[in-house]
Amino acid sequence: MRKFVLNYLIPRIGQYFLVIFLGVTLTFIIPRLSPSDPVERQVSQLMMSGSHVSPEAIIAMREALTEMYGLSGSLWEQYLAFWGRLLKGDLGPSLSSFPTPVTQLLATAMPWTFGLLMTSIIISWIVGNILGALASYYEKNVAIQIVDVVSQAVRPIPYYIMALVLLAVFAYWIPIFPFSGAYPPGTRVEFSLSFILTVIRHSLLPLFSLVLIGIGGWFIGMKSLTSNIISEDYVVYAENAGLPKNRILSQYIIRNAMLPQITGLALQIGLIFSGALIMEVVFGYPGMGTLTFQAVMANDYTLIMGITLLSIVGVATIVLILDFIYPLFDPRVRIQ
Amino acid sequence: MLTVIRDLLKYDGRFRVAFVFLLLTLILAALSLFSPYAPNRTFLVPQDMPPSLQHPFGTNSRGQDLLWWMAFAVRNSLILGIITAIVSRIIAIFVGLVAGYRGGGIDRLLMSFNDSFVVLPVLPILILLSFLLQGQLSLVALALLLGLFGWPWDARLIRAQVLSLKERSFTRTAVYSGTPPLKLTLREHLPFVLPVVFATTINNMLWAIGMEVTLSVLGLSDVTVPTIGTTIFWANQHQALVAGVWWWLAAPIIVAVVLFLGLYLLFSSVNEFIDPRTRLRRIGA
Amino acid sequence: MPLLQIEDLRAYYRTEVYGISRSVRAVDGVSMELYNNEIYGIAGESSCGKTTLIKVISGTLKPPLRVESGRVHYDFGAFEVDMLTIDPEELRQTVRWKEISYVMQGSMSVLNPVRKIIRTFEDIVRTHQGIPNKKLFLEQTQEHVRRLGLPPDVLNLYPHQLSGGMRQRVAIALATVFHPSLIIADEPTTALDVVVQRGVLQMLKDIQAESQNTVLLVTHDLAVHANVADRVGIMYAGRIVEEAPTQIIFNAPRHPYTEHLIRSLPTIGDKSVKASLGGAPPNLANPPSGCRFHPRCPLAMDRCRTETPEMITLSHHHRVACHLVTEAEA
Ligand SMILES: Nc1ncnc2c1ncn2[C@@H]1O[C@H](COP(=O)(O)OP(=O)(O)O)[C@@H](O)[C@H]1O
Ligand code: SF4
Ligand SMILES: [Mg+2]
Repeated sequence: MRKFVLNYLIPRIGQYFLVIFLGVTLTFIIPRLSPSDPVERQVSQLMMSGSHVSPEAIIAMREALTEMYGLSGSLWEQYLAFWGRLLKGDLGPSLSSFPTPVTQLLATAMPWTFGLLMTSIIISWIVGNILGALASYYEKNVAIQIVDVVSQAVRPIPYYIMALVLLAVFAYWIPIFPFSGAYPPGTRVEFSLSFILTVIRHSLLPLFSLVLIGIGGWFIGMKSLTSNIISEDYVVYAENAGLPKNRILSQYIIRNAMLPQITGLALQIGLIFSGALIMEVVFGYPGMGTLTFQAVMANDYTLIMGITLLSIVGVATIVLILDFIYPLFDPRVRIQ
Repeated sequence: MLTVIRDLLKYDGRFRVAFVFLLLTLILAALSLFSPYAPNRTFLVPQDMPPSLQHPFGTNSRGQDLLWWMAFAVRNSLILGIITAIVSRIIAIFVGLVAGYRGGGIDRLLMSFNDSFVVLPVLPILILLSFLLQGQLSLVALALLLGLFGWPWDARLIRAQVLSLKERSFTRTAVYSGTPPLKLTLREHLPFVLPVVFATTINNMLWAIGMEVTLSVLGLSDVTVPTIGTTIFWANQHQALVAGVWWWLAAPIIVAVVLFLGLYLLFSSVNEFIDPRTRLRRIGA
Repeated sequence: MPLLQIEDLRAYYRTEVYGISRSVRAVDGVSMELYNNEIYGIAGESSCGKTTLIKVISGTLKPPLRVESGRVHYDFGAFEVDMLTIDPEELRQTVRWKEISYVMQGSMSVLNPVRKIIRTFEDIVRTHQGIPNKKLFLEQTQEHVRRLGLPPDVLNLYPHQLSGGMRQRVAIALATVFHPSLIIADEPTTALDVVVQRGVLQMLKDIQAESQNTVLLVTHDLAVHANVADRVGIMYAGRIVEEAPTQIIFNAPRHPYTEHLIRSLPTIGDKSVKASLGGAPPNLANPPSGCRFHPRCPLAMDRCRTETPEMITLSHHHRVACHLVTEAEA
């Protein structure tokens, strides 16, 4: 137990804080290295927008913005102040929906993304892995071969292109899915069966796209893992002992091959998350991806900062949770 | 090398498909050299013409012939992929080799940085970055930037390969006989590390070209340069799908699918070819 | 009737990768018999086909390994089985584990790393007999491992918590749950240190003495055979080249390869460097013509290069395949 805590748990927690530290520091440094000054940009944007602003107001605004971006004081002071505000959960007001706090916008968008991401990951991870494991045993099965070909064809296509293809096919060409959004504009957000059904129907296409790409990836990974594991001594032994195939598949092959797939999931969460954001943009699904798109279009700098920071912390936290789950499945880590 | 290609062509269906797809892509990219139009000129041909013999990919609402435009686009996307791959290869090889050979504290330090980079969600960070550089992010600059973020997965793989090589007896013998480590690395291990590097290169290009698409679609790259991503950006700007100019989106999608499938099938075919188990069966040990 | 009769068995690995097809003739003309209540040892340098022979005998072969010709016939008393033609499902239900159990080479790693040892017992017993009463099964399994000298606690551990020797014993315990007629053990002591080796071998001997069944023990280590086996067969390049009761193999070997193996055995107190034979066993994808040992044989003659020596049976159940031994002696 002590060894497990020392050799496994503590390094993982350390890694968690390292990721957050690096991510936050990067997010702090990037704007300060970039040639464009967000304050000037904001001011000139305002002036170009045609509205009449007095010079005093501009000066006042410049000061306020400098304060808000945390650009006053030495770099070190700025850095400490940056952390100070983060730890208080203060991400400043959104510039495009002034003065709504960024945190409030994030709080509205995050559950949508979280739901889409989790549902798609769980479905695609489980289905992809089971199919991949079956593939090693039933290589000649036509259904498995179709899954194989589809996976190989889907796996390399970037999320955006994939989403476009599915959108064109299912919402434009054969319009069985609604075009975009999580619910039709003007629907009252409420907790009723019909509303939930509407949301599900509208979420199907982005979910389906994410699941399709996900299954492809996990299937290919699992297939190659099981083709190795199938010649491991303990599997050959189970076969020689005449154990039933489904028992070998579930308790010997999948139980072992899923371990690297859990690690793989942890390593790929960042990529999958990015993919989910892209899907949201294409399908107009009201999560963090669409929020990002709106922020970019509206030049909302603070909102983009907030999204970046939340993404870093969120992804790192999912990875940490996976790190905590892993030992439940691997006694070699749990009992050292 | 030639015999390897010949064998693969003969016995691996995936490789054949990859070969044809990549050849098509390269021919299209090469066409850019013969384009009658400069890529950034507009209103050169009639607008919104569907694909025909005269305009095989059709023309867009900006009066450009999509065939010639796509020739530039695929060329530029490939250039981006290659630059990113080179930059991230240099970092990945360096980190992977140092971590693998030095081991101990240096290994742990490098790997925890490596794993942090693996976990960081690259897209939001890149969006933030390109947002701040809006309009000033040239194709090459974007490629370099992607290179700075695209190395950690491959550094991990290279390190793992080095660790497994270190276990083999010939390294130990060579170490005892006093061969300097660097020379040892180059002479004994490079033949084993290079195939891994090659395979990861292809994967990295796929990632880079895909990232470019995403950033361009958001309008965060230099949209005057034709790439697969900027093509889609312009099509979206003109609401091509709503306006019924579907070929404006079909062209980049088809070109992208052919390019991505070609690269990916090449990757998986080569990956299987260099797999030690296949290699053993091939040389008959 | 012997327990097992093998007649002129040939089993090749046939592979085809990127258009290059090869066949490795790993078992190439083996005839032998196993009797009830004996320990038969198979010896020979590594990669001369011992494991391949066992895969065929135990009915556990998989592609690319294929039987080309021959006969593998069992007589278990109550029923007979032709291993090369039996239906796989029937094999699984009537023969596997109940009549033949197989302790694989490298059996330190035959235990599923993510499950407790007891689960593997459970799987095997459930498959071949059923577990109507879980408590009874637990008691019987504990009793079984205790009788074999293992602490019953090991059942609740994971494989990585056991030493190599312990894992090997667990593998043997697993192989003997149903007291099979034939226990096949492939290199059970390789990779164990000498003291642990002795314990594992003693365990095998005790099991055999108690249940009076047959043990087929494969190891390249002749010293093990000297201590354990009743009869020994020497294998070289896919063939049995000599076979005799242990006493005779060690005291009056006739095949130059056997002589060489015995000469290179370390003897206590002897510090002289062993005369070693140059070379290694041949590549079985392309074995030498005639007597397959001729490139390394110090006594090779012209006809050894072209003619394959026939197996000749001498007195005392001693069989040899070498041109130096003639029919006249038989
Ligand atoms: N799966 C396989 N495919 C091809 N050749 C094999 C395979 N397994 C073993 N061989 C070859 O068969 C020969 C005999 O191997 P094996 O029966 O394992 O010998 P031993 O057990 O005596 O060491 C060797 O030359 C080996 O290389
Ligand atoms: S047959 Fe000839 S080559 Fe073979 S063992 Fe006898 S003497 Fe040596
Ligand atoms: Mg063997």
